[in-house]
Formats: sequence, C-alpha cells, structure tokens
Amino acid sequence: MTVPIQCRPDEVFVLNLGPQHPATHGVLRVKLTMDGEYIVKAEPVLGYIHRMHEKMAEAGSFAQFMPNTARMDYLHALAYNHGYVLAVERAAGIEVPERAEYIRVITVELNRLSSHLLWWAAFLLDLGGFTPLLYAFDDRERILDLLERITGSRLTYCYFRFGGVYNDIDDEFIAGTRDFIKRLRSRLPRMYHDLVTHNIILIKRLKDIGFITPEQCRRYGATGPVARGSGINYDVRKNEPYSVYPEFDFDVPVYTECDSMARYMVRMDEIEQSLRIIEQALDKLPDGPVKAKKVPKILKPPAGDYYAAVEAARGAFGCRLVCDGGKSAYRLKLRSPTFCNLSLFGEVAEGMLLADALAFMGSLDLVIPEIDR
Amino acid sequence: MSIVEETRKALLQLFPEQAAAEAEAEAAAAAAAEAEAGAETETDAEAELTVSEEGGEDAGGEEAAGPAKPAKEEEPVEEGPRENGVLVTDHAARGTHLDVLCDPDQVVEAARIMDAAGFFLEAITGVDWIKEDRMEVIYDYNQTGPEPCRVVVRAFIPRANPEIPTISDILPGANWHERETHDFFGIKFQGHPYLVPLLLPEDADFHPLLKDFTP
Repeated sequence: MTVPIQCRPDEVFVLNLGPQHPATHGVLRVKLTMDGEYIVKAEPVLGYIHRMHEKMAEAGSFAQFMPNTARMDYLHALAYNHGYVLAVERAAGIEVPERAEYIRVITVELNRLSSHLLWWAAFLLDLGGFTPLLYAFDDRERILDLLERITGSRLTYCYFRFGGVYNDIDDEFIAGTRDFIKRLRSRLPRMYHDLVTHNIILIKRLKDIGFITPEQCRRYGATGPVARGSGINYDVRKNEPYSVYPEFDFDVPVYTECDSMARYMVRMDEIEQSLRIIEQALDKLPDGPVKAKKVPKILKPPAGDYYAAVEAARGAFGCRLVCDGGKSAYRLKLRSPTFCNLSLFGEVAEGMLLADALAFMGSLDLVIPEIDR
Repeated sequence: MSIVEETRKALLQLFPEQAAAEAEAEAAAAAAAEAEAGAETETDAEAELTVSEEGGEDAGGEEAAGPAKPAKEEEPVEEGPRENGVLVTDHAARGTHLDVLCDPDQVVEAARIMDAAGFFLEAITGVDWIKEDRMEVIYDYNQTGPEPCRVVVRAFIPRANPEIPTISDILPGANWHERETHDFFGIKFQGHPYLVPLLLPEDADFHPLLKDFTP
C-alpha cells in the first residue's frame, strides 16, 4: 500500500509527464505535482489529438461517418464500427441477417484479442520487459493477417455496413481462425502465464498497487476491465445483450482485488473467453446472406434519439444518435470508455510513487485517440 | 418490482403532479375494482387511461430487454411539446428504458436520486436546437445490475443564456463530461470547480458543435 505523505508546500515541484512520453502511448500529458518520488496531485491534460469526430458526423451522411468510427479506438476498431451501426440500425429499423451477426461477433472478438495482446505487450514494455512484446506481436500478426483478408485493412477497419458486413468470410478464413485458436491456446499457459503472469517481478509491480474501489468506479463511470477488476460484474455483452451474444456460452471474468494485478488478470482471462466465443460462433455459423436487402443508399431515420452500447476492449462504448429526419445525424455523441476510466486517475494516483503510477496507468489500458476523439 | 419500475417510482419524486395523478388513478382503479359502480371512476377516467397506456409500454420494454434486435416498428414520434415527467420507453426501439424531462434546476436533484439508486453517469452531452432557439442537455445514466436499466435525463435551456447547475459535486465523473460539454456548446455549468477547456486548446473561445459555428 502507499505510504501517507507529509509534504510542505515549499517542497513540491511540478513534473510534466508527456505529451510525448513512451509510457503514455500517445499524446497524453499529465501534470504531476510531486513531493520527491510521491505524487501529490495528478491532472491529466487532454486534447492533443482531438479531431472533433462528432462534428464530422453532422457534416456527412451516415455511411460517410463509418470510416471515422475506426479512428477513435484504433486497437478495437470493429467494436466502434459495431456500436455505430447498431445505433443507426436501431434508428432506421434495419434487420441484420443472422450470418452477418455471427461474422460481426467473430471479427469483433478477433479484434478484441488483438487489442488485448497489444495492451499486454505495451504494458510489459512499460514495466521494462521487452521480450513479451515479441511473443504477443507474433500472435497478433496472425490476427491482423486474418482480418486483412476479410476486411481489407489491418488496423482501421471499416468492415460493417448498415444491415450487415461488407464481405463474406470464406473457408480459408475459417480454417485460419481455427488454427489460430489452437495456436494461441497452446501458447497461453507457457509463454504468457508461466513466463510473465507468474513472474515475481511482475507480481511485485502490480499486486496491491493502483487500488480502485467499486464505489470509485461507479462515481466516475468506469467500465470494462477496470470495473471488472474491482469486483463489478458488468459486461454489456451479458447485461444488455446485443447482436447474437446470448447464443454463446462464455463467462465474464471478475476479480475483487481492485489492484493493477486484478485488471491484468481480467484481460488475460478475457482472451480465453474470446477464444471460446469465436470457436462457438464458427461451429454455429449459419448460411445465408451477409447484407440485408433493401437498405436504402441514403438513410433518413425518423426524428428522435437512439442509444446503442457495445462492450469494447476498454469498456462500454455508447452512441447517442439524435436524428431530425435528415440525411445526416443531427447530433452524434460518442461515449468512449477510456475517457471515464482515465477521469479517476487523478484521485487514485494521489500519494502514489511515480513508478507505480506509470504501472497503474498502463493497467487502465489507455488509447488516447479514443479519449480525445 | 423490476428495476425499471423501481427507478421510475424514485424519479417520480421530481414530479409531484405526475405522481399525484398516478396515485389518484391507481386509487381510482382500486376503488373501481372494489365497487364496480364507483362515482369517482368517471371523473378519473382520463387519468386511468394514461396509466394503462404506460403499463402497456412498460411491458413492451421488458419483453425487448433480451437481444437488442433492430426494432420492427418505429414508435410514433410524439407530437407537440412534451411536458415534464418520466416516460417509459421501448428499449428495443430507443436503447433506453426511462426518459426524464425536467427543469434545468432539477437536474441536481435527479442526479441525487440516481446516485442514491446506485446508478453511474455514462455521459453528459448537449444538442443545439437552433431553430427552437434552445439547447438540450442530456445526462445518460446506467447501472451495473443484472437487469438492464438505462435512464436519460434531459433539460432544455435558453440558447442565449445557456446555464445549468453542475452535478460534479454529486458524481465526480461528471466533472470532465461537463467540461467537454462546455467546450463544445458553451454551456456554463454553474458551480463547476474547474470549467476550463478540456479537449479544445486552452485558449479556445469557440464552441464547435453549435450549429452556427464557422471555423
């Protein structure tokens, strides 16, 4: 646990962490008021890559905004594709064929795996371990190859369409995915857990550090692995099911330790759960079209407002879509999970050692373009 | 009682008139059930009608709480200005369970009720209704219980003088959301401890999501 600090005002100094700092993974700046090695006050400064996506949504048609959704959380772009198409489909009353729903789940979960693998690699890099990055990128590369075949891009996917997906998956993709599941399952216990999770240095860096209470999570609106690491059993896929998630048998990993290690474990367990979902989806994959028929080229949803939420790799991503009956959104609010997850950083980091705060920041899994939007 | 119904009851504290009308209607319905030919039923027939309608909507919302498939039928858009009150909405069609419209000074009390009910704040945002010369402030609440219940609280403020009290002292998560809304719309959250630009540059004096904004 952290040591209570005694500081006199004349002893503190301000330390700028970022906006260009390897541990912030992007352009996040944190203004730290320090008493020696201890943090007295931490104030994240945002907006270095703010692009005003919400205004762009008002400028073009609904379809024209699709590529933007991939440019917020570039690590789990398909979940953002999904959240946006769900909101528009709800507004316009579009039905999605079953096969398309299955393909959406498969690709979203593959993308979640690649996101968690990259988080794992970068997090351990923050903590000073370089080698795990090479293992994780080896596996992640295979996911990117699989998704590239289907979606046409490796990172900023624009694969979903209103009423389905852009492209059907083929046998090669299915076989490749099955191979990948087998491969990752065989590598997880030894290369990921034996080598890293059970490593005493990692445990010492994460155990009992970065304590977030469930009440703090609620007051700041934290979701995703951050909340689940604090004992809150909340996953949009289970609590407010969408798409075909109710068809699959999977668990929501919850840890009650509330520390950085708990958040680490939640994500590691989620990798296994995602593999389970993909496997079941491949087994049950129905035949049929992958795009709804009769989706008008120009959508004009009736006036009113609509909300849709999905579980992204970092928490609940929500789209509030306000329509006025026109060709473009009157207002599109994008509720990004990391924005809320980071907002509790200031309160939690108080009194923490600087080195611990960096480990804690890594355990929040920040993606800055998604915070700044 | 389902969580949607429980929350609706809690939120009715904000609207004594709606609560009284409902209580009256309930009492009238009970009285009517007891004595088939009650004199009060005639006078309260209207109120009873609205309650039974709402009950029907509620059931629809719960049925749809399962997989969120696209709606088959669109809800008819309300006509005319909506009055303050709690509305049960169809989750499958709208994505929310309860929709609250209140006065700007009631949002603090609403936040207090939601906080006491264990809800968390998902987001705060604004909408610029330039034709009606007013702005809308929208609060999205959600909770982590096994049963889904999303509540949206909205209030309208004049466009010329966009001010609304802060709720950041009740839910600290609101701090950043209010700063962001101030950035984008210029809505002043009275009592906010640190209302400086969050996402925009620190010297920004423009509000890009206003409909009459020109870069």
